[in-house]
Amino acid sequence: MSAAIETIEVMERPPLSMGSRLEGELLEVSMGPQHPSTHGVFRMNVALDGEVVRKLKPVFGYLHRNHEKIGENTSYLGSMPYTDRLDYFCSMTNNWAYALSVEKLAGIEVPERAEYLRVILAELTRLQNHASLLGFLLSDMGAWGTPLMYAFREREKILDLFESLAGSRMMCDYMRFGGCRVDASDEWLARAKQIVDRFPKFLDEFEELILGNEIVIGRTQNVGKLSAELAINAGITGPMLRACGVNYDVRKVDGYGFYPRFKFRVPLGDHGDTYDRLMLRALEMRESVKILKQAFPQIAPGPVVNPKIKVRGFRPPVGEAYGRIEGPKGELGFYLISDGSSNPYRYRVRPPSFINLTVLEDLCLGHTVADVMVILGSIDIVMGEVDR
Amino acid sequence: MSQIDEQLRTELQRQGVWVTSMQELYNWGRKNSIWPLQFGLACCAIEMIATAASRYDIARFGGEVFRPSPRQADLMIVAGTVTKKMAPQIVRLYNQMADPKYVIAMGACAISGGPFKQGYNVLKGIDRYVPVDVYIPGCPPRPEALLHAFMELQRKIKDQKLTGANKAEFLKAEQPSEFPVPAFGSHDLEPRANRDVFQPPVIERQS
Amino acid sequence: MESLDETKSRIEAAVPGAKIEILQNGTPAQQHSLLIDREHAVATARFLRVDPALRLDFCSNVTGVDWLDRVVKKTTKIKKLVEGQEKEIVETTEEKIPGYLEAVYHLYSMTHKHGPLIIRLRTTDRAEGSRLPSLTPIWRSAEFQEREIFDLYGVHFEGHPDLRRIMMWDEFEDHPMRKDYREPDDYEWEPTPHDEVLEKAKAHYPSRPRLDGAEDIVEPLKH
Repeated sequence: MSAAIETIEVMERPPLSMGSRLEGELLEVSMGPQHPSTHGVFRMNVALDGEVVRKLKPVFGYLHRNHEKIGENTSYLGSMPYTDRLDYFCSMTNNWAYALSVEKLAGIEVPERAEYLRVILAELTRLQNHASLLGFLLSDMGAWGTPLMYAFREREKILDLFESLAGSRMMCDYMRFGGCRVDASDEWLARAKQIVDRFPKFLDEFEELILGNEIVIGRTQNVGKLSAELAINAGITGPMLRACGVNYDVRKVDGYGFYPRFKFRVPLGDHGDTYDRLMLRALEMRESVKILKQAFPQIAPGPVVNPKIKVRGFRPPVGEAYGRIEGPKGELGFYLISDGSSNPYRYRVRPPSFINLTVLEDLCLGHTVADVMVILGSIDIVMGEVDR
Repeated sequence: MSQIDEQLRTELQRQGVWVTSMQELYNWGRKNSIWPLQFGLACCAIEMIATAASRYDIARFGGEVFRPSPRQADLMIVAGTVTKKMAPQIVRLYNQMADPKYVIAMGACAISGGPFKQGYNVLKGIDRYVPVDVYIPGCPPRPEALLHAFMELQRKIKDQKLTGANKAEFLKAEQPSEFPVPAFGSHDLEPRANRDVFQPPVIERQS
Repeated sequence: MESLDETKSRIEAAVPGAKIEILQNGTPAQQHSLLIDREHAVATARFLRVDPALRLDFCSNVTGVDWLDRVVKKTTKIKKLVEGQEKEIVETTEEKIPGYLEAVYHLYSMTHKHGPLIIRLRTTDRAEGSRLPSLTPIWRSAEFQEREIFDLYGVHFEGHPDLRRIMMWDEFEDHPMRKDYREPDDYEWEPTPHDEVLEKAKAHYPSRPRLDGAEDIVEPLKH
């Protein structure tokens, strides 16, 4: 699909004046796969009437790394490092979703300390993901990278924690079936608590600088409105769904892990536009800090992995299972069909970003080209997950 | 390797006279202000952005200005997995860059396919179609590794000669600076690799 | 949420002629599924979404599965008359199941917050008969996922608004996720191969150069 520029014969049409609506020919532009917005290799074929979007077709597949085919040829544990690379911002939650699905498939129990560690790491991941997203969205809007520097400053602190615990900044490969790979020392927990205690101060500073800014408000309010009925029908999950006012958070609905032990609220939006999605992520960061503050005193010493699990020669029973968690981008699920051997027969990832993009065309119709990047930024996609 | 006698140069510097050659000056200007192309494919792109952020500042080395357009950039950091669907676009971008241009293959995926090597859509290394100057191993490589690669590239640029028999590639008239773009075939890309660019060493095996 | 037997009888009452089968799942997850026939799939899906007790308005996941021709061994204990006496004998029967492609839908309800209900649709065979009705008119979230199953498995969804390839390029001809797909051979530069990759790389080894004709000698030297 190449860009086709239609020529408009100016002589035969009256001159353009403010307020007159002319039917011109549509200009087809291909936005991507290489473009300054840092969401990765994503391409949109947009048909424009002047500046207004009339048609938008997304093109995927530029990062299709056949993760599911590799999953069929690798053992269950061997696929764990590949799940890090799905949504490369949030490797801990990807690992947890996969470990949860296999634990459902084989009926494995997880000890208490491991569950607490999983919650702590998942909420830390959510904090740095939402902060980075706000930074990226503001650079798309033209803030030239300064909010991104603030967000990455906080992200580096959390990545230092991950590195001293799991050995790697981004690709942690930390969860195992039946617990975690390595125990966290008391000194690590004390450091993590210190970082979490200082986080609300960063959030106050960020909100004051950014969410009260009149350019941000002017560019994001009433842009990309999503109705609740369309959101439910199109399978949207995560902060994008809750911004439309639908109260569906997998942490509360399924109650996986130890989330029922923590008191936290689920923020909901009123209008479903881009500003609501931004504001919702800022509120969710505050709720995550609340969960973390409750988790640190409750964690008690104990084993971090179930000792009855066979690591080599792990063969779950014949059948299938679907396990899901509330990742920072939406509902991340893994569907595994096992035929009794050491490799899964079918390994499927339910990617939240991919399904959230179903409504991209509906949201962008009638808006200008500049709004398209803002709307795309607020959907929060990561191409590693969209294309797998 | 310098064209000027070092002792003479230090002696003159003591007198307040600074002597250089066109090659040193030209290369010094080029290596201290490399403009990378803002081109991230996958997970390594996040480490590239972290390198450009305030902790591992790439602006110290002159590479702060990431240009979105290939016509204005001179370094392409291929960060992330190169898929067969994306490969023609990468070659087109490389062709659109102006000489002198450099390519850094960042991460295991750009060097040889990485962990996703056995795949129907993964290109086993960007050096099948485009010449690469520096390879950075890692999955993902740390920001310090990218800075090390940047410094290696600067060293390489400093040693490029402008005249003489082994002058730099981009100054030779018969060397191509644009490479043919692969086309989408029905089962694979056509051609599978560019034989002028992709010359791996032949391996002699025991059995 | 009500049990699968109740759901099955209510669907059969609401959609006349529908043939539903309950498939058991042997794992501790206990996620049993309903196999729905192709002709009444759209009507059944609409009933599942609209029915006030179920209200399954959220289609979470659409998966394609490729089942090759299988031979399933069944062991049954039968009472048989052997030499005038009734004895229990263990008989093994082999059943040949032809291959098919399958689409599995995981359904949840956002109104009632229950789920999952898993429904399955199967094609007749893996060749020309691989057509399935599209459930995109009922749940829009199936739009991209059914396109992906079309691209990677070759299942043609009738009634889909925009069925074309999504992950691979348009000129690509195979369906890569099928179990009998052979990937293209670009294993010529493999520094450290092992197992299957070694087999594939061996096809590209250079032959040893001709030195002096000694390679052609077949008989060993006799001392």
